Order: sequence, then structure tokens, then C-alpha cells
Amino acid sequence: MSSTARISNSNWLFLHAVCVFAFLYLPIAVLILYSFNREGVGGFPPHHLTLDWYRTLFGDGPMWDSVLNSLQVAAVAMAISLALGIPAALALDRAQFPGKALFRRLVLLPLILPGIITGLSLLMLFNLTNTKLSLATIILGHGTALISVATTEVFAGLQKLDRSQEEASLDLGANYWQTFWRITVPNLKLPIIGAALLIFTLSMDEIAVSFFLIGRDNTLPLEIWGRLRRGITPEINAVSAIIFVFSLVAIVLWYRLRVRGEGQPDVGTEITAAAEGQMV
Amino acid sequence: MGHFVTAGGCSNSAKSMITSEIPMASAPELKSRTTLLSVRKVAKQFGKNVVLKEISLEVAEGEFLTILGESGSGKTTLLRIIAGFEKASAGEVWMGEDRLDLQPPYRRRVNTVFQNYALFPHLTVEQNVAYGLRVAKRPESEIASRIAEALEKVKMSAHAKSKPSKISGGQQQRVALARALVNRPRLLLLDEPLSALDANLRRQMQVELKALQREVGISFIFVTHDQEEAMVMSDRIALLRSGELEQVATPREIYGRPATAYAAQFIGHTNLLKGDVKSGVVCCGDLTWTSDRPDGPVLFSLRPENIRLLSQTASLPTLVRVQGKVVAQAFHGATELIRVQCAGGLVLVVRAPASTSPLDEVLLAFSPIDAIPVTKSAERI
Amino acid sequence: MFSRAYKAAVTLPPVLWVVIFLVTPYALMFCYSFWSVSAAQTIVHSWNLANYGVLLHVDVYWQTLLRSMWIAARVTIFSLLLGYPLAYFLSFRAGGKKDLLYQLVIIPLWVSYLVRAYAWKTILGSDGVLNTLLQYAHVTKHPLEFLLYSPFAVVLTLTHIYTPFAFLPIYAALEHIPRSLVEASHDLGASPAQTFWKVILPLSIPGAIAGATFAFVLSLGDFLAPLLLGGPSGIMISNIVVSLFGAAYNWPLGAAISLCMLMLVVSLLFFSERLEKKWSFS
Repeated sequence: MSSTARISNSNWLFLHAVCVFAFLYLPIAVLILYSFNREGVGGFPPHHLTLDWYRTLFGDGPMWDSVLNSLQVAAVAMAISLALGIPAALALDRAQFPGKALFRRLVLLPLILPGIITGLSLLMLFNLTNTKLSLATIILGHGTALISVATTEVFAGLQKLDRSQEEASLDLGANYWQTFWRITVPNLKLPIIGAALLIFTLSMDEIAVSFFLIGRDNTLPLEIWGRLRRGITPEINAVSAIIFVFSLVAIVLWYRLRVRGEGQPDVGTEITAAAEGQMV
Repeated sequence: MGHFVTAGGCSNSAKSMITSEIPMASAPELKSRTTLLSVRKVAKQFGKNVVLKEISLEVAEGEFLTILGESGSGKTTLLRIIAGFEKASAGEVWMGEDRLDLQPPYRRRVNTVFQNYALFPHLTVEQNVAYGLRVAKRPESEIASRIAEALEKVKMSAHAKSKPSKISGGQQQRVALARALVNRPRLLLLDEPLSALDANLRRQMQVELKALQREVGISFIFVTHDQEEAMVMSDRIALLRSGELEQVATPREIYGRPATAYAAQFIGHTNLLKGDVKSGVVCCGDLTWTSDRPDGPVLFSLRPENIRLLSQTASLPTLVRVQGKVVAQAFHGATELIRVQCAGGLVLVVRAPASTSPLDEVLLAFSPIDAIPVTKSAERI
Repeated sequence: MFSRAYKAAVTLPPVLWVVIFLVTPYALMFCYSFWSVSAAQTIVHSWNLANYGVLLHVDVYWQTLLRSMWIAARVTIFSLLLGYPLAYFLSFRAGGKKDLLYQLVIIPLWVSYLVRAYAWKTILGSDGVLNTLLQYAHVTKHPLEFLLYSPFAVVLTLTHIYTPFAFLPIYAALEHIPRSLVEASHDLGASPAQTFWKVILPLSIPGAIAGATFAFVLSLGDFLAPLLLGGPSGIMISNIVVSLFGAAYNWPLGAAISLCMLMLVVSLLFFSERLEKKWSFS
């Protein structure tokens, strides 16, 4: 009796799961499908498969410029976030200082705060200091907002790191600096690489903060945004499909990494941690 | 579990010595040696929790000193203060002419073998051993010969290229030793290094470790909660309890002449007898014997092996005798522990050669010199 | 074991950075909200509460704020309705496929936000995929106009984007429930449904609160999806802020609105944390 009820419950759950997955993947499927459609976006069923949109895309100078800009921004923002996020995690793990709890919350805030607030408040700072808006201001914005990612990942890694590793190093005559580079960093290799990958991807995709800090040069999302405002261009489908493929590559890389380093934090735990406003 | 070490120890030492204070005596052969490390009134508290209370302790050159205590006694904290991982709340640590406690851990000529070995998982055995020499920027040729020598000493040369995760616990133990000793420290600290090994390997490592210490001649401070291990290996034992030293003495001394009831109970089995001295006669329930102690209440420790089972006919006038009924017998191999309910509510535990037949009524006897007066300590927790 | 110098070296740089690039900008936002703009389009640095008065008395501002909250609330509810059963299915019924399915939920997160919002536009438009499909299948003769440029489109898109965010904390909470508790419940005679309502649901509440907070806060501050898909009736509060910082050039008023949003978000985070604590038993 109860077993039939259970089976039907399971079936409902299964059906629900299928629907949710369909909902999540529908737009992505449509994008990819219509990037090969000669008539461009819309119109069912799609016919006349073509690679024209990809050809247009490859000849599109401004688009590629924006890709290069985005890559630069993401690389430098990643370096900044790591350079500050790793010490921040160390500080949270092992130093006591007044305002520590507040500092922890502040560092994590940009991850859950709507990007518009981070973007606008920084815009006011740059305005006040007469800083000309450029890729550099976007980098500062991304770097600041994404410290949270580096901090949560590295902090989680530190929680699992056996403290006696560093003690042994100090005991064997290595000073703090040597210990950091020879023991702490190698032991945190996976969280650090993971954070770097995540920061890079998030920065490549970021638009809400960049929206307010943009100067003359566009990042890729802002370039796409500009074109979307002017109307639907099927070229966007092509570039989106390419971004999707690159994202998939990043995911696979990430997954490989995770398999090697059992139980490392992933984008999921990252979001979970941020949502719970605390570190796992 | 037999403590055969005791046999000689008690008979020649117990000339009714009165030891009301914690004796700081060291073994005779060490008296001439110079002091290497001196811990002076070191105290430590974490918040309100007092972990160490004014500990003073000296370690001689080439000495094997064991800090023995239950978990929570503060023994690891004391070790970590000497290594430099914790700051003492008060007191000083000196090594020769140098004030050690002001230096960071990496400037101290002290190395540690950690409880879980703390081998660096991303480095090979060889790289682990070379670590201290590399950070000290020794020339590579010297590093190569010294790690080869160190690995040879602990019989791990064959595993030089392995990662720590690929070798067994006992092997990791040896690598941790090599990694510490290769730096030629003046003092080696070992934090329960054998606790992760199984019983057989553990016994073997006890012997090897002791032999290694003799060979290299470096002072060892060895932390353990295992009293048997402490007795087998140490030149001296410092018995720590709730952040205070109960007794510091050679294993023989601490077993044969425990200073406190706690020391007597923690190291080996004992019977604690509450007695009263009145004009040279001790009264302990129905038992009496003569003593030159001053009048007043006194507590005696009487080891089970110092009580004999007498045949009814024997007559030995110097012995204290008591009749009793056997309530339990626990077989321990060569010996057995017999619990005897005596007249006057007294219960004595006796260690006797294992007998083939169950016992019932017995006559017990012991020599008054084996009843060691000890200071009272609070009950064991 | 770490010296003061070490602690200072790891603490000072990030703290300084946070003070310069987070605290100062927030403080600046606070200051701006009390300033005003002159007729000559310059910022007047005199302190008054006029901007907050405008917020209270000009209908469009507080109405838009309320509408944004209503949109965010709907997004939250739908995300939970989609995310919770999915998380439950993965955690308790998916068996060996669990990890794969989990990755499948994560993957859309890696696909550009903008690109996914744009994809919905191509689906919902009057000559978009959905309408042409419906006409092709003779369900309707004329394209359904309400699909795009409406609050509906915004809610749908934001739900699509934030469902994984709601899912993740719930899934984590469900995964942390010791399976022995479920077995104990069955052992004591509870049916699967009873076990769900009496054991699993209460223990997963903190995860659900965290997921809901995330979905609500992030969709509340969104301005790109409304711009792209919302039309005039789908305008949200952030769109007003954007125009105040742009063409309308009234930074002080924009700062006042942003500060209200910031306060709203921070107090929401505060209360959700309280709630989570109340519901967590470990």
C-alpha cells in the first residue's frame, strides 16, 4: 500500500525534475540551435542551417576587441582578488583583531549584494577622486567584488589544512615567508586554482558592476549588451554558443580538479556559503 | 603488563625515607652532566582555563626525559611552549645561555616529531628530510650526503622517492625522525610519536628510538600518556597532572618510591593504606607495624608484588601478616592479580605467580619497608 | 604560533583595501543621499533630507520599489517551488546519478547571465520561438503579446536565473541530514510522507531560507532583465536608479534610493540569518 504511494510520489518528483531541467536548458538549446539558422532568431521550425553567423562573427573587429578587453580584465582582477583574498582568509583563520566579524561580513557582502550597489558606490568614489573611467576601474570593481570568492575558497581550504604542517615547517627552520610559499600555498593549491578559475569566469561574465564603471573600451558582456539594445542580431547567438562551449570546457576542467582533490569547494558550496552569509 | 623493572628498585631504595616534598632528584649518572634546557616557572592559561601552573624543569645534555600525563594534563602545551608554537603566559625557557622563549620557532635549535608526523604530503620522503637544510640554504652536495645518512640511520633509504601517503605509519614515523634529526638539533621533542602505531610495532619502535637516542646523543623530551612506555624508555620521568608536576625522577625511583598517591596509582598498580602513627607504631585497620615517623595520619603505597601469599606454617617475624578471603583473581600471564578481602574491611590487591587452582582463604604478609609513605593527592578524575 | 608581524602582514592589506574600496564607497553613497543637484547640474554639498522626502511623497518611487519587491517575491516563490522538490529528488531519490545531476544544475550558472536573459527574449518575442511554434501548431492565430515586455517575462527570466541559487543551499541542507534519522523515523513507524513533513522538511528549513534570501535579494536589485524584457510595466527600482545616474542626472536621489536598497538587503540578510539560526539544531 505505502509502496505504491511511494512509487507514485517518486514519479511525480521525477517528472518535476525533468521539467525543471527542461526549463533550465531550454534557452541554452534555443540559442545554440538558432545560431545555425539562416533566418536568424525566431520562427519555428528553424530551417536552412548555416554557419554564416559564425563567419560574420569572426570578421567582427569590435567584438574581438571586447573579448581581448574582457580577458585582460579577468586576468588582472583574478590576480587582485587572489592577492587580497588569500591574506584575508589567513587573517580570518588565524588573527584576532577588532572588527573581525564586521570585516568578514564586508568581504562577503559584494557576492550577495546586487551588482548595481557595488557598481554605483565605486562610481561615486572614482568620481570624487577624478579617476577616469576605463578598463582599470572595471578591474578594481571586479577585483574588489570577487575577493569574497578567493576568501571563502581559501578559508575552507585552511579549515581542512592540518596546522601541524606549518608548525613542522617553522620547527625545521623555515621562517613565515618560506613556510607560506613552501607549505601553505602548495597545500592550498586546489582551492586557489579553483578560486582563480571561478573568479576568471565570473569576471568574464560580469555586467552589473561593469555597467557603471565602463570607460571607452567595452568588455564582452557590455559589447553584447550594446548590440542587444539596438535590436536582436543573430550574431549574438553565435557568440553565446561559443561562450557556452568555453564555459563547458571550464566546467570540465573544474570537475577534473575536483575529482583529484576530493571534497574541494565548488561553485555550489561557494554560493551556499555566500547565501548563508558565513563560511563553511 | 608486568613491571619487572621494580624488583631491584624497591628493595634497596626504601630505607624509610620520608619524602613529603616533590623530589627533583635526577639519576646519579646524569648529575654530572650539564643542563641543556631549563624551564623556569612557566605558566600558561587559555582565557580563564589554567593549563600549566609554574612549571620548573631541567633537561640535561643527552638525557631522555619523558613528560608523562593523562590527556588534559598540559603535557602537549608544555612541549609546544618549548618548541615555540605557544607563548607562555609567564616564566622563561632557557637553553644554555640563551633565552629560548623570546625566539620564533624557526630560530630555535629544537626540532619536533609531531603526533601525526606532519609530513608534507606534496613532497617526497627525501624532500621532506631535506626541507630544513634547504630553507637554511645549505649547499646541495651537503644536503645530499646528510639526507642519505639520515635516511640510512632510520632504514628508509629505499623509500627516498616515495610520497608520504605511499608508506606505512611506522615508516612515516621514521621519516619524521630523520627529518628532525638531520638538522642536528640540540633537543628533540617528540609528541606522542608512537600513539598511532599498533602494539607490536610500538614496542619495537620504543627499543629503536631509545637506541637511536643513545647513538646520536641528543637530548629527547618525549611526551606520552602511556606509563609503561615512559618506564621502558626514559632516563627520567616528569609526571604531570592538571598542569602541575607531581614528581620528577628516574623510572625506578618513581615506581619504587612514589612521592604522591597519584604517582603511585598512575605508574603501576598499588594499594593505598590509610594509617595513623602513634608513638612509633603505625595502625592501619587491624594491621600494625613499627615506624620512626612522627605521629599523625599517613598514607602508604604498597605495591601488589610486595605482598606475599604465605603458607600457614611459615613464620617470619619481621613481616606484617593479615588473613583474608579471595574475592577475585585476574590472570595476567606469568602473574595474576588477586583481590583479597581482609579483616577490618581492608581490601588488598596482591600480585602472585599464576596459580593453577582457585584460591579461597589466604594468609598475606608484607615487609613494613615496602609500605612507602606518600602525600595525599585528590582522587583521580 | 603566528607572530604579530605575520598577523599584521595578512590582516592589514585586505582590511585597507576593503576600507578604501568598500567602506568608503558605501559611506560616499550615504553622503550623496543627503546632497542635491543645482539647476546648473552640479552637486550641491549641503546636507538635507529632501531626497528621502521625495522618495516618500512621489508615488512612482515607492510604487516601483513595491512592485520590485513583488516581482522579487514571485521569483523567490517560484524558485523555491522549482528548487526544493528538485533538491529533494536529487538528494533522496536520484541514487548513483546524484553527482551528475548536481553538475547539470550547476552548468547553467556558468553560462552568461546576459546570454540567458537574451535567449528568453528570442523565445518570448512576438515573432519569437514560442509564438511561431504556437502558430505553427495552430494553437493561436495571432502572437501572444503579453509574453514579452511584461512583468511576466521578467519573473520568468529571473526565476530561470535564480532557481539554481535557491536549489544549492537547500540541496546542501538535505545532504547534511544524517540518513540514520530517516531510517529511525521509518523504524518508528512513520510513512515516507510523514518522515518528510516531520523530519526532513524541518531540518532543511535553514537551507530554504538561505536560498530564498539569495533569490529575493539578487532579483530585487536586477536591472538588466527588466531593461531587456520588462517593457514599461516591468520597470524595477534599479532601472530608476540607473536613469537617475544617467540621463536624468540626479545622483543624490539615486544614491538615496540605492541606500534604501542597501539597507533593505542588509536587514533582510540579518533577519534571514536569525531565522536560520533559530531553525538549525546542530
